[in-house]
Amino acid sequence: MSDLPLSRQELLEQFGPTLRYRPPGGFDQQDDYEKLVPTHCCFCGQQCGIHLKVKDNAVVGFEPRTDFPFNKGKLCPKGVKRYLQGSHPDRLLHPMKRTEKGFVRISWDQALEETVSKIREIQDRYGRDSFAMLSGVSLNNEKSYLVGKFARLALQTANLDYNGRLCMVSAGAANKKAYGIDRASSSWEDIAKAKVIFVIGTNIAECFPITTDYIWRARDNGAKLIYADPRMVPMARTADLYLPLRPGSDSALLMAMLHVIIRDGLTDQKFISEHTVDFEKAAAEVKDATPEWAAKITGVPAEQIEKAARWYGEAETGMILHARGLEHQVNGVKNVLCCANLALATGKIGREGCGHSTITGQGNGQGGREHGHKCDQLPGARDIENPEHRAYIAKVWGCDESEIPRKGLSAQEIMNEIHAGNIKGLLSICFNPLVSLPDANFTREALGKLEHYTVIDFFLSETAQHADIVLPGSLHEEDEGTNTSCEGRVIKINQAIDPPGEAWQDWRILLDIAERLGRGKYFRYQNAQEIFNELRLASRGGTADYSGITWERVERENGVFWPCPQVSEKGKETLDASELDSLHPGIPRLFEGGQFYHMDKKARFTPTQWSESAEVVDSEYPVWLTTGRVISQYLSGTQTRRIGPLVDQYPHPRIEMHTRMARQLGIAEKEWVTLETRRGKITLRSMVVNTIRPDTVFVPYHWAGKQSINMLTQRALDPTSKIPEFKVSACKVRKATEDEIREAVEAESWTSHIERLPERYGLDDRRSELTR
Amino acid sequence: MTLRNAIDQRFFVDPIRCIGCKSCMQACSECATHRGKPMIHLEFVERGFSTQTVPMVCMHCENPTCAKVCPADAIKRTEDQIVQSSLKERCIGCKNCVLACPFGVPRYYPEIDQMLKCDMCYDRTSVGLKPMCATVCPSEALFYGTLEEFESRRKGRPVNSFQFGEQEITTRVFLVLPEEEVSLRMDVIAHMDARFDSDAFDHIDPFGHLEPLPMQGGGV
Repeated sequence: MSDLPLSRQELLEQFGPTLRYRPPGGFDQQDDYEKLVPTHCCFCGQQCGIHLKVKDNAVVGFEPRTDFPFNKGKLCPKGVKRYLQGSHPDRLLHPMKRTEKGFVRISWDQALEETVSKIREIQDRYGRDSFAMLSGVSLNNEKSYLVGKFARLALQTANLDYNGRLCMVSAGAANKKAYGIDRASSSWEDIAKAKVIFVIGTNIAECFPITTDYIWRARDNGAKLIYADPRMVPMARTADLYLPLRPGSDSALLMAMLHVIIRDGLTDQKFISEHTVDFEKAAAEVKDATPEWAAKITGVPAEQIEKAARWYGEAETGMILHARGLEHQVNGVKNVLCCANLALATGKIGREGCGHSTITGQGNGQGGREHGHKCDQLPGARDIENPEHRAYIAKVWGCDESEIPRKGLSAQEIMNEIHAGNIKGLLSICFNPLVSLPDANFTREALGKLEHYTVIDFFLSETAQHADIVLPGSLHEEDEGTNTSCEGRVIKINQAIDPPGEAWQDWRILLDIAERLGRGKYFRYQNAQEIFNELRLASRGGTADYSGITWERVERENGVFWPCPQVSEKGKETLDASELDSLHPGIPRLFEGGQFYHMDKKARFTPTQWSESAEVVDSEYPVWLTTGRVISQYLSGTQTRRIGPLVDQYPHPRIEMHTRMARQLGIAEKEWVTLETRRGKITLRSMVVNTIRPDTVFVPYHWAGKQSINMLTQRALDPTSKIPEFKVSACKVRKATEDEIREAVEAESWTSHIERLPERYGLDDRRSELTR
Repeated sequence: MTLRNAIDQRFFVDPIRCIGCKSCMQACSECATHRGKPMIHLEFVERGFSTQTVPMVCMHCENPTCAKVCPADAIKRTEDQIVQSSLKERCIGCKNCVLACPFGVPRYYPEIDQMLKCDMCYDRTSVGLKPMCATVCPSEALFYGTLEEFESRRKGRPVNSFQFGEQEITTRVFLVLPEEEVSLRMDVIAHMDARFDSDAFDHIDPFGHLEPLPMQGGGV
């Protein structure tokens, strides 16, 4: 099955990516739209409020939504142009089956029946766990919950995981260990109130741009900004202190900062003694972690490390923010724990202007991992191996506890087992592992070994092109439900239009498959709200308790922060929305009064020892490779590589390198460069700048095929979070050969298909295109 | 909103805050009268050396040079002080405005043989809404509000008087300058440990062949 069913040209013409520039019917349609639907952007975890303009059951434009408190109308370019994904020519409109002649249209009945018979056949022959499911956190909370239940009770497999595994799991695991709960410690309003903001491993301006406003609000009030990153990204350019640490050296920097804070007596001893445990152990581990020691590892001058530690330690209030740069590592959990140690040692958590938060990359990255499609969790962020937790969920689901499978494999481990031939069947929903997992050639080989693959998606992603059965699901605006933002705010996604053609809402597809598998008794829902109400019940008493949250409240209050247990006026437990009028307010700021979520209410320091990344540079591969995002693209690009104005912003990935490296290698700006690691090679144009460390190159990861940097990244995993080491690889760099250039030029031509050139500017001729 | 109120609303451009995201351009193209064409643009000051970017909107001069040099009288300034984009019926595509504008704002589009430039989303601002670009700008590098509002919550020195040779220009749009001199070291090497190319990496020595790094390691 590894070969594509059609030539690349045919796949491109049939399924795109096609660049779309105009709304359906052209811009004139925007003038007399029928309704404005308040909802949220789908393109990152900030979940900005937005209005969609709707006409004739199509999204024709947007209007800023200034009433939503998080973004007050602000949007990044993805938010502005997100409306162009509706009515897109690449949209999957009917079920399809792979044949020797390519994908052919079939009926829903046939598609579902074939899927179910393959599931049965594979599970009968190889066991239930031989059929795996991969899910995505573009899905709302209702669907995430449903997928978790569906995999466990309908597919009856343990092997379910989600693409949040490639996002925030290191932060989640560390937060649970340090604080007993996996959520940002504060609402973003606390950023604006901080006196020092320490940002490490996140290109906030390009990945989470609305956060920059919160930081600037703090700076207007005199806050200092400390920024640690191998690149001088836009916010780092303006920072009061910039620390250019080399990829993979984060924990050395953080340990040295803790060393200085302890050495200089900047700890909050009262907070430590009253609200934490194991400080002495953590302190002992950083006894020798001097700034001079860390300088050798990180490349950051010792005095700068001292200054960062003092600024953070001395400030009255402070916030630590990080994202994938810190977390996408085999040491990701450790890195986040080092941040937690800093926050706890200085008592900068649980009070105004303080906090420690990871910034969510994926749309519902926060909520998506709380309700059960993570391989080790049940709804409410419950532990799937905990007998009490299992028993509670079994009661909610109306099944025997033994029917719930135990902990399964994580996303990369599932792919490893597919490659090894131990997992034979796969059902995926909104996950594009061929672009987003590391070592893409390995993933491609693995897909070729599957005996059956059914995909639920709305565009035919690069991975979906390898499927046997394609089931057209629903776009963000075609269904309703709740998401949970990076702040921990549960928000409402409103349906703007109906799914087009024969496409179905995702939850309906899952219900139908469950029914055909003979497990329909567990899935009797009439609508998504009923799923949410069961989620509320299932989360009750868990750390991610949503039981006091109703759709009505979320709409009325512009979002509700979890945990939000159900508390009625009469003091009795209730899930009845009508009785929730003396409402639990939700908790924007966790840990107030030093109350953490471990049994003893105390936070945990974690002793950490410095360790290197899974792969380090050597004489053969002497350059650090790190990867990340650009602002105009989202994740594997399944959606954003089809939106013309976004593609135009950054049409192809480039290899960002320092002027000094370029000069030494004789490479000029925009020249073709070949990058090699032990997994493969890639040829892209250069971007020669002074704003990256000279021993490091950066390539964004949103592209597929021969433009996919994940061909070069490695499958090494953090031992706790199982997140792959995307951010640190060893590579070598050289000028590309003539053959490599030819191949790269050809690869560029496959990245997109401009369908209607003159529409780009609403012009009558093509001259503008041809002269650009 | 009355005309008086509309005039009280000022437009501020703060390049320090600009993150180069192009939200402003993308949103500008969605303004009802723009029909997919962004009428503002973003300049990378010098990408090789910095991530500094500057959104370029029309400054809406009191005495607009573009209008003065227009032989076809295609550029009008409204009563509420907005310098409009060229009138399609009048513009003859001569590019005088493009050449004359001291801020480098007007753009000539050969496909339609017309100059287009920012009209401060006149369809929105004339009815009390904010311009699209300033509404969406994530970092408030573009800000629309009263001068008092700006000064009460923002740092920076808004100026709207500029000298170009002999020409003094007052604009409706304010450019925000830093309150104090800013020293920005835009080469990452300037922030790195001086030992970077010797003992710190001597087991790998990937850049032993490079010229020595400057011996500096001080704070910012």
